[in-house]
Amino acid sequence: MSFAGALALPSTAWRTRSALPGFGLSLGFTLFYLSAVVLIPLAALIIRPWELGWSGFVEEVTAPRVLAALKLSFGAAAVGAVLNTIFGLIVAWVLVRYSFPLKRLVDALVDLPFALPTAVAGIALSSLYAPNGWLGRPLLALGIKAAYTPLGVVIALTFIGLPFVVRTLQPVLSDLSRDHEEAAATLGASRLQAFRRVVFPALLPALITGAALAFARAVGEYGSVIFIAGNLPLRSEIAPLLIIIKLEEFDYAGAAAVGVVMLGVSFLILLLLNGLQAFVARQR
Amino acid sequence: MSNVTAPSLVLPHPRAATADHPLARVLLTIAGAFFIALFLLLPLIAIFAQALKDGVGAAVAAITEPDALSAIRMTLIAAVIAVPLNVMFGLTASWAISKFDFRGKSFLITLIDLPFSVSPVISGLVYVLLFGMMGWFGPWLRDHDIKIIFALPGIVLATMFVTFPFVARELIPLMSDQGRDEEEAATSLGASGWQTFRRVTLPNIKWGLLYGVLLCNARAMGEFGAVSVVSGHIRGQTNTMPLHIEVLYNDYQFVAAFAVASLLALLALVTLAVKTFLEWHYADEIAAVHKH
Repeated sequence: MSFAGALALPSTAWRTRSALPGFGLSLGFTLFYLSAVVLIPLAALIIRPWELGWSGFVEEVTAPRVLAALKLSFGAAAVGAVLNTIFGLIVAWVLVRYSFPLKRLVDALVDLPFALPTAVAGIALSSLYAPNGWLGRPLLALGIKAAYTPLGVVIALTFIGLPFVVRTLQPVLSDLSRDHEEAAATLGASRLQAFRRVVFPALLPALITGAALAFARAVGEYGSVIFIAGNLPLRSEIAPLLIIIKLEEFDYAGAAAVGVVMLGVSFLILLLLNGLQAFVARQR
Repeated sequence: MSNVTAPSLVLPHPRAATADHPLARVLLTIAGAFFIALFLLLPLIAIFAQALKDGVGAAVAAITEPDALSAIRMTLIAAVIAVPLNVMFGLTASWAISKFDFRGKSFLITLIDLPFSVSPVISGLVYVLLFGMMGWFGPWLRDHDIKIIFALPGIVLATMFVTFPFVARELIPLMSDQGRDEEEAATSLGASGWQTFRRVTLPNIKWGLLYGVLLCNARAMGEFGAVSVVSGHIRGQTNTMPLHIEVLYNDYQFVAAFAVASLLALLALVTLAVKTFLEWHYADEIAAVHKH
């Protein structure tokens, strides 16, 4: 298509004309590939459970084993997100404000949970926290059983969500001007007061975003959890594993029903957190 | 601080009003280091320590055994198909989104990001619902003797789904930032669309593209949950490296499991190293979200 030809294109209502070629082709391929790989398969997930009917669906997802698995997946993900919020704030603070040897290496290492395959993380955590493992043995001496309990699930989900809070906070923290902190100090605020009243409110929206990302990732996590969880029904069995078990029993509709509830509930929680984040950002 | 010696003589500079108390500094650094060591360093060390527990020979034997080699081959094949397809998609999608204005653009970007918020297990499940024995197209596929689930095509599809957004989400902000002036200049001078893309756009985005491919590939080779659902775990046939690790681990062959795992851990470390290198040296040529 020539430049003149492109200019002569009538400007349709839904798009402004451009001098560049390839709009139809690139958007067409984008939509085709998106539909084939993502949208149509997801539609199958959403449609499938309804062959059970509404009452069948409700019965499926309120079965004690399903409810226990959902509670564990969402509960442990929430605990992991809270742990990551506290320690993520500390790690981000130390990485941005202080200098120490090997700082760049530590900074690069924060992304490890993104890069390390989940199955690898899973067997590593499991062997560390197993009763005869490096950490499992001392913990057991203290009377804490980590592996093969819900605590193990929390450990795995904390690992997997670790980078999110740090990476969301870092840019906000380094862009934060020190003027307000200085002003607070001049006006007689202690360091702790300056942090609580000045720095923390500025970080809060990013903190919520990071926690939401860590939570969303943890809810659906499978690979790093199943080795350390022990997978006891009603006790340490996560929802994604239950989907696989149902699939192995050829209960496609049941598996899809659990999947739909997982997606629906995480969507609602993320919507709430987004709303909270927007509210906090507006308050400032 | 005692009043006996003047603080200004002890400290080279008085502490700035925005500097933390030295004690707080030490405590926070220790807390951060403890968390990093416990959750990142220790698991990483454990992988290599367990792999080499019985010596290098045992680790090498575990990696070169036929089932392990077959798993390595399967992982490479899946990545070699899925990554280029997602690169092609990423390039076309970011061309359409960054070089043209149309309604519904931000909704389209949201849809492209969708696979990131879907559980890996669900990413595999959706293809079983379509192509599995009791899926929508299951009977038809069986009648025509086409195997997708429990075979390579299923593994490739699941890998494509989980790595779908990587390249696009890196390139869309980058190409939007770069605008369209250079491309418009090239076309007005008579370059064809393809020439413009190859000679103008591609050189501008090469580091961002490499960054996206790097992350896409790391995830493709390491994916476990999604592939686990569609693979069927047929040893020596449809097991990828992460699945082979699972089989070995559940078989109590810990040294072998960690030996194969250490290969994937090395891949992760190389990925992190290259990624960090790109962030340091080409910060302006990769998407702004990664700068810190």
